[in-house]
Amino acid sequence: MAMTMHVDIVSAEGAIHSGIATRVYAPGESGELGIAARHTPLITRLKPGDVRVVNENTSDEMEHFYVSGGMLEIQPDVVTVLADTAIRAQNLDEAAAIEAKRRAEESLAGKTADFEYAKAQIELAEAIAQLRAIEKLRKMRAS
Amino acid sequence: MAGAKEIRTKIASIKSTQKITGAMEMVAASKMRKAQDRMHASRPYAEKMLQVIRHLAQASPEYHHSFMSQSREIKRVGYVVISSDRGLCGGLNSNLFRRLVQEIKAQRQQGIEISFCTIGSKALGFFKRFGGDVKAEVTHLGDRPHIESLIGPVKVMLDAFERGELDAIHVVYNEFINTMTQRPRIQQLVPIQAADAKDRPSGPIWDYIYEPDPRTVLDSLLLRYIESLVYQAVVENGASEQAARMVAMKAASDNAGNLIDELQLVYNKARQAAITQELSEIVSGAAAIS
Repeated sequence: MAMTMHVDIVSAEGAIHSGIATRVYAPGESGELGIAARHTPLITRLKPGDVRVVNENTSDEMEHFYVSGGMLEIQPDVVTVLADTAIRAQNLDEAAAIEAKRRAEESLAGKTADFEYAKAQIELAEAIAQLRAIEKLRKMRAS
Repeated sequence: MAGAKEIRTKIASIKSTQKITGAMEMVAASKMRKAQDRMHASRPYAEKMLQVIRHLAQASPEYHHSFMSQSREIKRVGYVVISSDRGLCGGLNSNLFRRLVQEIKAQRQQGIEISFCTIGSKALGFFKRFGGDVKAEVTHLGDRPHIESLIGPVKVMLDAFERGELDAIHVVYNEFINTMTQRPRIQQLVPIQAADAKDRPSGPIWDYIYEPDPRTVLDSLLLRYIESLVYQAVVENGASEQAARMVAMKAASDNAGNLIDELQLVYNKARQAAITQELSEIVSGAAAIS
């Protein structure tokens, strides 16, 4: 029997996956990671992409989870993906912060205006990341 | 028969109000269950994160993030105030604001400056009237709040903290104890208290491999941890809101029922009096003719 580890994929808005797996593949910030049981403890940031989990007993099939970034923590028999539910980048966060500030200033001054630019930008970034993940999947199926 | 018709229309209008409050009660009950589910669903993430942060705090003591240092003197405090977007939920928001105002008074007496970040339109409206330095706001999160909409306001506060404009940040929300009880709660966000390295786990100390480096990893972990704390507070406040609304609407429906009963009695009496009067008029009329 192959060695197994526990895999948890959780996001701030809820648990996404939990189970026993033989292998996990994840898009680490400095490169794709393939993780087997008894991996040395490691912690890294994740890029947007898909996390693939090879479940116990179904050695051929992989489960795919799209993550828009997050953190990956590896211990010898536990792998935890702390997934982001939003696309994160310094400038996007900045835009959100400025937006929140502006709204506060405006609503206290009694003005109202809808400035949806930052939101559209975030949505666009998310769509692009999702497209990339899909493209990657297609390539993998073809090969 | 004076007033009988007025009473009848009044009863009809109270009945329709009762129908509305009854419906709102049921809607709030079902929303509350969903909000409770969300509240529980968000816990594993924060717990796991706290575990990792604690471990990191022990494993790399040479890097102290500003979110974790306790040494600063408190001169300026920020409050993230979470309220509901809509009313009709009993004294939920006003209790929260009352508690907050007490706290603010106590702080001001010690010469501490205060600024706010509001989440939810009731809090924003309150500070418009009450006055105060509102640095950021977000409203209309809906029944299913997303962490995405909280990133901005939280960042404004954390940036201020890092620049030294704030020395501590607290989050103010309604704690969900059970359906009948919600309690205003003020919780400290930064400096993070739970990450104190006091409670060291026994056993050999091991360390992670960091990609790219401990600093970056800890930075993004802490940011996410704080955001998830705020998110949890928002979700918990949402569950409290629905619970409070459910109770308030139940009380309103019951009161409407009592009112209808009373009015019905008055109406019956008026009707009876009218009939009696008519009869006596007929009888006396007949007696006059014969």
